[in-house]
Amino acid sequence: MRHMIDPLDFSKEEIGSLLTLAGSICEDPTAYQNVAAHKKLATLFYEPSTRTRLSFEAAMLNLGGHCLGFPSENVSSAAKGESVADTIRVVSCYADIVAMRHPKEGAPLRAARYSRVPVINAGDGGHQHPTQTLTDLLTIQRRKGRLDHLTIGLCGDLKFGRTVHSLIKTMARYEGIRFVLISPEELRVPEYIIKDVLEAGGIPYTEVRSLENAMPELDILYMTRVQKERFFNEEDYVRLKNSYILTAEKMKAAKPDMAVLHPLPRVNEIALDVDDDPRAAYFEQVQNGVYVRMALIMTLLGLPDPKAAKEGN
Amino acid sequence: MLNIDEIQNGIVIDHIKAGTAVGLMELLGITQNTSASVALIQNARSAKSPTGRKDIIKVEGDASWLNLDVLAYLDPNITVTTIRDGQAVQKEKPRPPRRLVNIVRCRNPRCISSIEEECDQIFEMSSNGKYRCIYCEQELSVKPE
Repeated sequence: MRHMIDPLDFSKEEIGSLLTLAGSICEDPTAYQNVAAHKKLATLFYEPSTRTRLSFEAAMLNLGGHCLGFPSENVSSAAKGESVADTIRVVSCYADIVAMRHPKEGAPLRAARYSRVPVINAGDGGHQHPTQTLTDLLTIQRRKGRLDHLTIGLCGDLKFGRTVHSLIKTMARYEGIRFVLISPEELRVPEYIIKDVLEAGGIPYTEVRSLENAMPELDILYMTRVQKERFFNEEDYVRLKNSYILTAEKMKAAKPDMAVLHPLPRVNEIALDVDDDPRAAYFEQVQNGVYVRMALIMTLLGLPDPKAAKEGN
Repeated sequence: MLNIDEIQNGIVIDHIKAGTAVGLMELLGITQNTSASVALIQNARSAKSPTGRKDIIKVEGDASWLNLDVLAYLDPNITVTTIRDGQAVQKEKPRPPRRLVNIVRCRNPRCISSIEEECDQIFEMSSNGKYRCIYCEQELSVKPE
């Protein structure tokens, strides 16, 4: 049984197949509308996240399946003190697949060790967010036509931004990738990502403080929000939340085919005047997120691709 | 020099950092074992140790129940000598284990292992030789004393 806990749980080839399937779904969604009929997805969200939860539920409904679950910890048995291990053993009896978001790092892995059905990590604290990474990869692939030989700028909260960590780990497996890490000193990428992923893999990277200076060389600009919920200290949050704001003026220095990605929600780090720029890819990302989650659910449940079957005939 | 009888069969854990053997006995499960014959020597003179002192643990008889892998993690200078019929038949430095289970706790307050009941504390060696919590991937930086 396969789970999706860390983006590296899938090989490069498996991710390639997943993105191909997502692309196929994107071209003809109706062909997939009954693929998961009678299957159930449980969304266990110990931390509120309307966007990711709705994306998972939309994905399952688009496949003809059903959804159940809870949207926050205080309406679940976790509020009574039930462990993750016990909860997943119970939910395994109700659903065919589980998507879990939890504020504690490693909770979905803990769940996977006790689950009888596939578990998808829908975000665990500041740690990993693999389905956002798959969404990012699909968006990059569709925008740039490739996942290799790209200069990727990551901007904002690179310390607690789990989407950033997952994206770096995954993109580091492709050839010719270069990272430009743009953040204030306090929100730098954690040392273990630098040492174990970038330096260990010989991946070129630079750490800079200026978004403006980095802009001209980027193929992809990945913006992130400074997340209030990751700070223990309100003062630190207030001091850093306006660190980097992308505006139409700053976009003038960017390549004409650069793509701006953002995992959303944004607060003020991308000004509204960037939204109409054709290089803004963040709302497209949201739609891609549904397609890639559909592809992931199909893959983990071992559901055959109806289009591949037709082509085979 | 304090004299402790030589053991005929068993193991000698030598070159332990002075003052840490009591904690080590706890981690190795020696203090919980009520039948093993064990000698602890603290602050023995040592020419090799930079402090000039070391601790030694001698375990008489069958020592297969000891998890010696943990020694390499705790102190790379430790040696383990196997004694048979009064003779030292093997002397080695234990190799670092691939994983540490319930030896140390993850110190990351954001880690699931910090709140989940009955959750084993598991660290695995990463590609750079450092141990990381399997749940949150935080590097293990503090060794128990």
